[in-house]
Amino acid sequence: MSQSTYTRRRFLKTGSTVTGGLLLSFFIPASAKRLGEKAGSNSTFVPNAYLNITPDNNVKIMLAHVEMGQGVWTTLPMLIAEELDCDWNKVIVEHAGPGEPYKHTAYGLQITGGSTSTWSEFDRYRQAGATAKAMLLEAAAKQFNVPVSSCRAEKGFVIAGDKRASYGELAEAAGKLTVPTNVTLKDKKDWLLLGKPTKRLDAKAKSNGAAQFGMDVHFPGMLIAVVAHAPVFGATPQSFDATAAKAITGVRDVVKIPTGVAVIADHFWAAKKGRDALKITWNMGPGENFSTASQFDSYRKLAETKGTPAAQAGNVTDALAKTTKQIKAEYIFPYLAHAPMEPLNCTVKVSGNSCEIWTGTQMPGVDQATAASILGLKPEQVKLNILFLGGGFGRRATPTSDFVSEAVQVAKASGKFIKLVWSREDDIRGGYYRPAFLHAVQIGIGENGLPAAWKHTLVGQSIVAGTPFQGMIKNGIDPTSAEGVMDSPYLESIPDHAIELHSPKAPPTVLWWRSVGHTHTAFVMETLIDELATAAGKDPVAYRRDLLKSKRHLGVLELVADKSGWNKPLPAGRFRGIAVHESFGSYVSQVAEISLDNGHLKVHRVVCAIDCGLAVNPEGVRAQMESGIIYGLTAVLYGEISLNNGRVQQRNFHDYKILRMNETPQIEVYIADSTEKMGGAGEPGVPPLAPAIANALFAATGKRVRKLPLQAADLMKA
Amino acid sequence: MIKLTVNDQPYTVDVEPTMPLLWVIRDVLHLTGTKYGCGMAQCGACTVHLNGEAVRSCVTPVKRAENQKVTTIEGLSTDFSHPLQQAWQEEDVPQCGYCQSGQLMSAAVLLRENPNPTDQDIDDAMSGNICRCGTYPRIRKAIHRAAAMQKTGGAQ
Amino acid sequence: MNSRIPISSFCIIAVVTAAALSFTNNDDNRSWAQIKATSASDRIASENAFLQVYKVFMSPRCMNCHPAGDVPLNGDDNHLHPQGVKRGEDGKGLYALKCANCHQTQNTPGLNMPPGAEDWHLPAANMKLVFQGKSPHELAMQMKDPKTNGGKSPHDLIEHMKTGLVKWGWKPGEGRTTPPLSYTEFYNKFKEWIDKGAVVPPAGAK
Repeated sequence: MSQSTYTRRRFLKTGSTVTGGLLLSFFIPASAKRLGEKAGSNSTFVPNAYLNITPDNNVKIMLAHVEMGQGVWTTLPMLIAEELDCDWNKVIVEHAGPGEPYKHTAYGLQITGGSTSTWSEFDRYRQAGATAKAMLLEAAAKQFNVPVSSCRAEKGFVIAGDKRASYGELAEAAGKLTVPTNVTLKDKKDWLLLGKPTKRLDAKAKSNGAAQFGMDVHFPGMLIAVVAHAPVFGATPQSFDATAAKAITGVRDVVKIPTGVAVIADHFWAAKKGRDALKITWNMGPGENFSTASQFDSYRKLAETKGTPAAQAGNVTDALAKTTKQIKAEYIFPYLAHAPMEPLNCTVKVSGNSCEIWTGTQMPGVDQATAASILGLKPEQVKLNILFLGGGFGRRATPTSDFVSEAVQVAKASGKFIKLVWSREDDIRGGYYRPAFLHAVQIGIGENGLPAAWKHTLVGQSIVAGTPFQGMIKNGIDPTSAEGVMDSPYLESIPDHAIELHSPKAPPTVLWWRSVGHTHTAFVMETLIDELATAAGKDPVAYRRDLLKSKRHLGVLELVADKSGWNKPLPAGRFRGIAVHESFGSYVSQVAEISLDNGHLKVHRVVCAIDCGLAVNPEGVRAQMESGIIYGLTAVLYGEISLNNGRVQQRNFHDYKILRMNETPQIEVYIADSTEKMGGAGEPGVPPLAPAIANALFAATGKRVRKLPLQAADLMKA
Repeated sequence: MIKLTVNDQPYTVDVEPTMPLLWVIRDVLHLTGTKYGCGMAQCGACTVHLNGEAVRSCVTPVKRAENQKVTTIEGLSTDFSHPLQQAWQEEDVPQCGYCQSGQLMSAAVLLRENPNPTDQDIDDAMSGNICRCGTYPRIRKAIHRAAAMQKTGGAQ
Repeated sequence: MNSRIPISSFCIIAVVTAAALSFTNNDDNRSWAQIKATSASDRIASENAFLQVYKVFMSPRCMNCHPAGDVPLNGDDNHLHPQGVKRGEDGKGLYALKCANCHQTQNTPGLNMPPGAEDWHLPAANMKLVFQGKSPHELAMQMKDPKTNGGKSPHDLIEHMKTGLVKWGWKPGEGRTTPPLSYTEFYNKFKEWIDKGAVVPPAGAK
């Protein structure tokens, strides 16, 4: 994960573009650290990002990561623009398609996820800008007939004395120069953009209807496909009767594909009506016997058995026996759907030995390869165009390329140019959920009131088992299941502990959901620490101070305590709770202020402190904290996917509710002035919110929350 | 055949009268700024103005819009001059951006009917528009900003 | 001489006329003050009729649009309308959340889709006509007092029960329960309540 793990030998290639500008691709050995692979196994040199300066002085920046709301459309160009000293108003941004140059510096495949985009591109994108600027300066020096040292770059111009040339004018000459092997990056004190709040470059297009999402793709001759999906996980279509569907005006074709039956029509409405008119017989399979109610019973039994060790120290059994005061707790977390606002979609055109795809995806390379394999093509025969993602949250990063595969299958089976559109119902019932989890915890409290022994068993499906990401499993532990517990900073202070994991299989498909394992582990850890503080008769902040050794945890804890007025009394009827948690390399602490009115919870205020190292765009970090808090609050209040007889009980936003404007608290975000290692921003705002709310609820009701989402009884006094 | 006026342009469409206006706008007229989010008037992503009211086009039969005036996000302003659009940019409102057309169309009705909205008014107008990215605090600020801009003589 | 006709004669004529009209249902201009139970059996019948229609008024299809607060209710559990919809001055919603923005003049087909009828609205802010939380006694009092019933005469109130909005309760769209009486039973009982004296059940009656 460290940015210093890869060598900086660069093999740059330049050339003139079709428009005559400077095209700069540069080659850096990608990090050896692919997901799930041993370090050092990858020694091939792969190209990376590129930028393009056109004669009209525009700077086109290709993104190796996709924009799904998190702000890379602005943050990554800031990195290049800072070093290039170009005119920020002349920056044009595009998504790069799949390709070797755009592979993740740490993961080794092209992916947007894990809150890694900014820190993983921090050096590579700045190098790109600095290299291009060096060449532009050299080209200018030659043109002006002056030494390079007398040239300076400013807002897209090279200036030497009274001479002045725009980057656009210099681009062609610069493209013919030898690429410098050694450029110096700017000193932090000279930064004009980095670390400064910078407005989003995509805000305008997203406020006038111009922004193109995958859903907005349209070509003459393109038809719309809607798929009737299996009613239970794992079921397959046996036979179908499309007579009624085909009688609907606008319906053009009905085809069977592995995941269901597709209705292809002139427009979505006809396709959906056609789908409603289909009669399908399904091979249900064992998925029909699955219910979430009994799932937790079996998880509970499993938790009583020995699991795979994830973290261990001392002898927890003996240590527990020695303590007189204990806490025993069981926690239950449901499946959760990501529910991005843009329902999943993918447009596919197959012609002869080529295929073109338009979609919003977090893993374009994987999708390209999967599409190629379905069609019997080579990946390079599949052109994949990335559009804006109307939300991702992990749902558009499926190792199985589920929605892209389905679209390709429809195109293949029908021979038609189609846009596959999922309805909201398809999305809510379509699986790839945050896995349901059960935690069983037993804590022995020492004489000093601190935890002396901690036994913790987690039960839940593995996200990566059976996928190309399986290599992430180490010693039987899928880190995405136990992260946040197995590496909890509290364990350092607990001499005897044992963390164990069970990874049972279940029919619903599961996936990373914004902040992944931390969605449930932070809740368990931070509500238990609060409970221990109460048991010890200590203030929750003071108690954490006694336990935590990490200065970054402590830093955000103190910052949020100060900014929230933790030590000041609240008005009558108001209660607050605190939580602190590190995830994706960033440390976040939040204080939630609530009140209860007749069983109705109102969250008035959430104060948030984050230490993410350098905040390249503080405004972007702030927006992601707000976003994470609201995403987390939705899960606390409403988030639940339940299944009965294999059937998902929820369907749309009326029964899978999302937080609304009138439920939104006042949010304050404070970014620690930090020179520590950079972390992420997209996800780390989510984990502390739920425990902060639950701890505030305890303050209000005297009751501990053991199950999410909140139940009516949680909102009544004990 | 149904005659519509969308963003001051006349259209004649050959669709069944019960077809939702949303799909006529998106899949027949190919004005894609208006979004599909839920199909049941839960999320507001499909909000357009029908004779100035913020209707949810996903549940509005096209017949209801026959010979009426429809405005979509593309017609809110032709030059990004609407104070809400300016404020949206100033406050860095959009994240993924998918819901924002609907948010803006709802906010435009609020601001027209109440040039000086309180936080409560904003709740009362905007709680029908879901944003999964959680841009609500910024939407609130942007509406206040747009209201202030209107008072000082509109957007620059 | 006309001037000598006793006043009591006019009264008798008026009563006879009113009684006749009550059967024709036309030009019914009785005031609430004029409506009184004239026999013990009518009194019982009227009160019982109200207790029957009260169950309809308390059914979610009626009560959800006659909420105690300014937010309409949804579902058989009478939860607050999730979009935070507000009544507004005219009962037709506020700003971007006006009733007709989602509710059409007929039900939108499909489970949990927005229901609809002509003139879909709540009672106006100056006359909220609250059903929620009202006992039979309270609701009957409210209904027969023009100061709390929207200035409605007995005839107006009977006419309200014929509107598409009220009748919607019996064709509420997929997945919604209907009130405990059929529409005809409801209408007849409501009319019986008025015709037999608009008797207010005593406080405590259920």
